[in-house]
Amino acid sequence: MELNSRIPDGPIDKKWEKHKFDLKLVNPANKRKYKVLVVGSGLAGGAAAASLAELGYEVECFCYQDSPRRAHSIAAQGGINAAKNYQNDGDSVYRLFYDTVKGGDFRAREANVHRLAEVSNNIIDQCVAQGVPFAREYGGLLDNRSFGGAQVSRTFYARGQTGQQLLIGAYQALERQIGLGKVKMFSRHEMLELIVVDGVAKGIVARDMVTGEVTSHVADAVCLATGGYGNVFYLSTNAKGCNGTAVWRAYKKGAAFANPCFTQIHPTCIPVTGDHQSKLTLMSESLRNDGRIWVPKRKEDCGKPASEIPEEDRDYYLERKYPSYGNLAPRDVSSRAAKQVCDEGRGVGPTRLGVYLDFSDAIKRLGAAKIEEKYGNLFEMYERITDENPYKTPMRIFPASHYTMGGLWVDYNLMSTIPGLFVLGEANFSDHGANRLGASALMQGLADGYFVIPYTIGGYLAGIKPGTRIKADDPAVKAAEQAVTDRTDKLMSIGGKETPTHFHRELGKVMWEMCGMGRNETGLKKALELIPQIREEFWKNLRIPGTGNDLNQSLEAAGRVADFLEIGELMCLDALERRESCGGHFREEWQTEEGEALRDDENFAHVAAWEYKGEGQAPVRHTEQLAFENVHLATRSYK
Amino acid sequence: MSKDLNLTLHVWRQKNAKCDGKFVEYPAKNISPDMSFLEMLDIVNEDLIRKGEEPITFDHDCREGICGTCSMVINGRPHGPRERTTTCQLHMRSFKDGDSVTIEPWRAEAFPVIKDLMVDRGAFDRIIAAGGFISVPTGSPQDANALPIPKESADLSMDAAACIGCGACVAACPNASAMLFVSAKINHLGHLPQGQPERYLRVRDMIAQMDAEEFGTCTNHGECEAACPKGIKMENIARMNRDFIKASLTYRPATTGGGGAG
Repeated sequence: MELNSRIPDGPIDKKWEKHKFDLKLVNPANKRKYKVLVVGSGLAGGAAAASLAELGYEVECFCYQDSPRRAHSIAAQGGINAAKNYQNDGDSVYRLFYDTVKGGDFRAREANVHRLAEVSNNIIDQCVAQGVPFAREYGGLLDNRSFGGAQVSRTFYARGQTGQQLLIGAYQALERQIGLGKVKMFSRHEMLELIVVDGVAKGIVARDMVTGEVTSHVADAVCLATGGYGNVFYLSTNAKGCNGTAVWRAYKKGAAFANPCFTQIHPTCIPVTGDHQSKLTLMSESLRNDGRIWVPKRKEDCGKPASEIPEEDRDYYLERKYPSYGNLAPRDVSSRAAKQVCDEGRGVGPTRLGVYLDFSDAIKRLGAAKIEEKYGNLFEMYERITDENPYKTPMRIFPASHYTMGGLWVDYNLMSTIPGLFVLGEANFSDHGANRLGASALMQGLADGYFVIPYTIGGYLAGIKPGTRIKADDPAVKAAEQAVTDRTDKLMSIGGKETPTHFHRELGKVMWEMCGMGRNETGLKKALELIPQIREEFWKNLRIPGTGNDLNQSLEAAGRVADFLEIGELMCLDALERRESCGGHFREEWQTEEGEALRDDENFAHVAAWEYKGEGQAPVRHTEQLAFENVHLATRSYK
Repeated sequence: MSKDLNLTLHVWRQKNAKCDGKFVEYPAKNISPDMSFLEMLDIVNEDLIRKGEEPITFDHDCREGICGTCSMVINGRPHGPRERTTTCQLHMRSFKDGDSVTIEPWRAEAFPVIKDLMVDRGAFDRIIAAGGFISVPTGSPQDANALPIPKESADLSMDAAACIGCGACVAACPNASAMLFVSAKINHLGHLPQGQPERYLRVRDMIAQMDAEEFGTCTNHGECEAACPKGIKMENIARMNRDFIKASLTYRPATTGGGGAG
């Protein structure tokens, strides 16, 4: 397997411009002769489907939700970064690039990150033109706030609902194209197989989740924008339906999976309350602009109400350890610090797995009304879930699985190792390295969808003769359909006793304990023994009522869990092989005396991309060496 | 820690759009007050699966009150007893031990039942496709700060844009009217200067599609606003009606082809 990143030549700030010119174009009259499938309708998929249809391509878009407007991008709260420098505080494209490479702990590809920073400004212009109601100052200009890992205010926001508003912008553009007949939308459809002919992606097989019907869709190119695999932990901030099935089908058809162990554990989520818990809810990082994080200095105080712990007995540990970034230290650093104080027995709340996020100082300084204006919906959400009033008592928060930086390997054109298969947004690996900074996911999803794929896919399609698409009765199509039907039959026929959720929970416990915030060789090896056992039990003892050719939510869940049981294993393998700590990947054997991540640039300044070798065969680890020509490798410090 | 609850559920079961449905009783035992309503249903469903019975089908996804997927009428109220709360954010502490709880799907001609508590809300997407957008293709619009927008306008726009498209307004309305949903979109865009060029075209096209989907009309009951989990106000309907009257009085058929906002 060859990993050719196809990074253009030239200075970093000219690469994209040069590449856009070098890419071949498809003439306007020919564009309608090409069909592109877009799987997923979130920020990356929705933006891509709309933009490609506007260009004139024939587009089919698929989502598992009942409407493209419900993709999980909608749940992003805090904001979107852009290098506008509207605040005159020293921001620039180069600084956003620098912060993102550093924030990713030097495990992202420089050229991709620079392009991301370049187009960040176009995104804000585009969204405002679409009618996204970003927050504004009284003078009518756009407002900004700060996010973790940055010392400038470059985050644009729409109350605590930025993801929702950006997604609605993309959804409106998509619906406009649907109304014009340029996009055919397939809601409540789940992609279950990739059609590959002579090593080239030529379509997908999808299951209609209402009727159970399995249908094939052939095309000239396929874009996967199906999000991350964070639900491998069972409990995460992802929506219940988020899954890794589409990327996993592609992996098994030859797409390399890059850095699967790079997962983000978000520091500020509402803690678990009991075994019934079905998901975790994020409290936006933007809250750390005004909230202060602390735990009691002494274990004995942890059972007391927060109000009874005087100021001098509180440990504002982020402010103490990282004075220059304080409560806005990046996510990986903040999560680990929370784990450390809880491991020391200084956690709070009924389970002692929690830390305080306290707004009392900000309320004193700004008044409750101002805090409500900024964070009202988040405070309300917190109150709904916990029955506690965060205006009066500090919030309790704890880290939870939130985002996956790993994903399918892509080159500079966002094309995977399967020609014709493009991967966008969280589903690819390229921009965030080992840790994603806050407010950068929305930026990357929209950058890929609006401003990268419309150019790069043209370069690919221009090399294909129009009208040479495979036919729907091609043997490869029939074989892919058969594979889907066989798999459904296999799941339906197990006839055991346990539910899909049961196995998902079991997997989640192993992943969280052994491949979560802290990882070590013993734990990972143990996990690599346990996961196959759970998988074996799954295929022996699963029970799915109903039938395969009908609406069947248990079957949908089972198919996803079956894939998570394999994805989890690859994550542990990748974590075991990466013998260093970087970003969200913290190998306990590699840490500084102060407990910070210790990178090994000599041996691991590379992307690990895994190649599937067949059922029962060990996957092969390939590497793409990362060159840091602009941001020099340095120990990442937020002190 | 409060005491666990034992409840009796009366759940609407319906195999598909063609079959008749009926209420079926299920016990929900040992329910923690900290559970969300959907987590309570998860537990009932896990028991059903283990018994080999088909679990209750219901729509849900983000479980944090923003995606608008969950859709249940609980004891006669869309999204249940708490104001401004989606079903997924409703917690069992809102119920008492021994309560009977009736759970139904959204009921409206334009939202046909797919299975059990799951309905088809595709009509909402078609209304947006008819005109609920600003026609701005991806490209290079002017700098975002080139057009100052008064904070008040941006805030009013955002108030309307907070709609999650769940359809509770339709389910609550005795006429199954979609006017709160439609007006929220019209005012999200209509309060902004970018939305002005297509303002009157938009209201005409969206209302025409709304009528084609067979939603009812508004007779000012106000049930929609009471049921809305995001606090969308009825004043949006009044403003939409004003726009619609103006649009109707000033309408001129296009003379140069082109297909309206859509």
